[in-house]
Amino acid sequence: MPSTSPGGDAAGLGRGRAGAFAAPALLLITAFLLFPALWTLYLGVTDYRLTGLSAADPQNVGLDNFERALNEDRFTDSLWLTLQFVVGSAVLGQALLGFGIAWLLRNRTGLLRRLVEALVLLAWILPSSVVAFLWIALLDRDDGTLNALLGTPGTAWLLEHPMASIIVFNIWRGTAFSMMLYAAALGNVPPSQLETARLAGASTWQQLRDVVLPRIKGHVLTNLLLISLWTFNDFTPFLLTGGGPDNRTEIMPVLLYRTALQGGELGYGAALSVLMLLANLAIALVYVRLLRSRSKEPAA
Amino acid sequence: MNETVTRTLRTLARYTALSVLLAFFSLPLLWLAFAPFDRTPTIAASLPSFTLDNFRHLLGNPGALRSLRNSALLAAGTGTLVVVTAALAAYALSRVRLPGRDALLYVLLLLSSIVTGTAAMVPLFNLAHELRLIDAQLGVILVLGGGLLPSAIFILKDFMDGTPRSYEESARVFGASPLQIVRHVVVPLVRPGLATIGVWSVAQVWGNFLIPFLLLRSPEKSPAAVVMYTFYTEGGQPDLGLIATFSLLYSLPVVLMFLFVSSRYGFRFHGGIKS
Repeated sequence: MPSTSPGGDAAGLGRGRAGAFAAPALLLITAFLLFPALWTLYLGVTDYRLTGLSAADPQNVGLDNFERALNEDRFTDSLWLTLQFVVGSAVLGQALLGFGIAWLLRNRTGLLRRLVEALVLLAWILPSSVVAFLWIALLDRDDGTLNALLGTPGTAWLLEHPMASIIVFNIWRGTAFSMMLYAAALGNVPPSQLETARLAGASTWQQLRDVVLPRIKGHVLTNLLLISLWTFNDFTPFLLTGGGPDNRTEIMPVLLYRTALQGGELGYGAALSVLMLLANLAIALVYVRLLRSRSKEPAA
Repeated sequence: MNETVTRTLRTLARYTALSVLLAFFSLPLLWLAFAPFDRTPTIAASLPSFTLDNFRHLLGNPGALRSLRNSALLAAGTGTLVVVTAALAAYALSRVRLPGRDALLYVLLLLSSIVTGTAAMVPLFNLAHELRLIDAQLGVILVLGGGLLPSAIFILKDFMDGTPRSYEESARVFGASPLQIVRHVVVPLVRPGLATIGVWSVAQVWGNFLIPFLLLRSPEKSPAAVVMYTFYTEGGQPDLGLIATFSLLYSLPVVLMFLFVSSRYGFRFHGGIKS
């Protein structure tokens, strides 16, 4: 930690002016992050609606909204779908594929490596509306490229396998981050250790398990927590399926949008918001603990 | 002998894996590469019978061009807001010791990863409603800016901490005011940091769908992300030539920006991380 000596204030800012410098940013953060978080706590215990009587005069309904959520199939179904989506596309998909690519490319330089990396990164940086349409076109029932390639004309992937479709889509979309993170992590594994293991007759599996994994454990956990958080909050599947067919891709963000903004039930939607914020908080706290315990490790 | 076989098999497996990867990641992109230049674009990716008619067609579509202008406006507005306010705050926090400063920064950063636009869509919608910022581009700029600021301050403070203080001291000796010192001494020193934050904010806003979708009503104010969505969800036959060309034009700025950053600063973990 850099010690701020009294001489640190070289421009003679002083506390007053420093406060003035920081004020606009802090004001914006307070208004558009802090305040909404607190407000949703209040809204979550009301029957506030977009229109009608409860729009003018919302009543306090205590914990009714939360009780309703837990008793409603639509909510528990959505929770289960979200779990499938996060575990399938982030934890298993992006993390494993990202590591796989980093491992395959670890000793390579040149065209092939640049080509693979560029394509994976392109999937990541293109705007979500564009990639959503690209996948709609790819998976189209009548003229989709995938059906033409697989010889399965007439298969409506988004209707017949909606959850699998958005999982594969999100793996495609988000693997870049894991790939880059693991590429950096693998760069920290001393080649001499891998060499020694290989000479001792260790198989690739054994090398991964005994040499690589212990070295990059911190990176793995960081990666899993971040991509879980991002995937949990990802609204993009809405652009592919709109939550359908029959709510079969109605993950939490989509349920929230449909309930609160399309259905106009702002109070109940706010309660769902609170539940999402709590889940985010839980994931973020695990992440913080992890960073702390990692920074305590001696020069990991 | 046995060893040669294993090695050959292993090489074969590696190249198969790489080919499958290349196919998986390039397949959806083929359409974006070919369809804009195709005289008769179809849903399936195919080699085009080359034409630039689609681009001419797009230029005749005022709604599409307007939405790109709106995207540019939102991105520029948010980018400017974030860079200016984050630079001032990061400078103050870097130079003046306030009690609990580092804890404050961590809490802010944590807060911004918890209160995402997705999880907080109800209160954000309400807030915009109360402030009469529904269907106002300013509302989108403020909401997006507020979300990006904590990370921006955090990254910029690092840059500020790394600059030498002696320049500021000599500027002060010559009687420069703190604001002048920031403008003429600090800004030039941390320019790479400011550029990183600027590019990162612009990329975040450029691709963002949810916030403008929530807060904007009229198509005349909607950015490309939202207009693009209405193109392909509208009933009837979608105009594939238009969608293709529009997708390409809309994607190009972020790709160019990415190439610029990666050639100039070496792309690592900047840009697009937090979407």
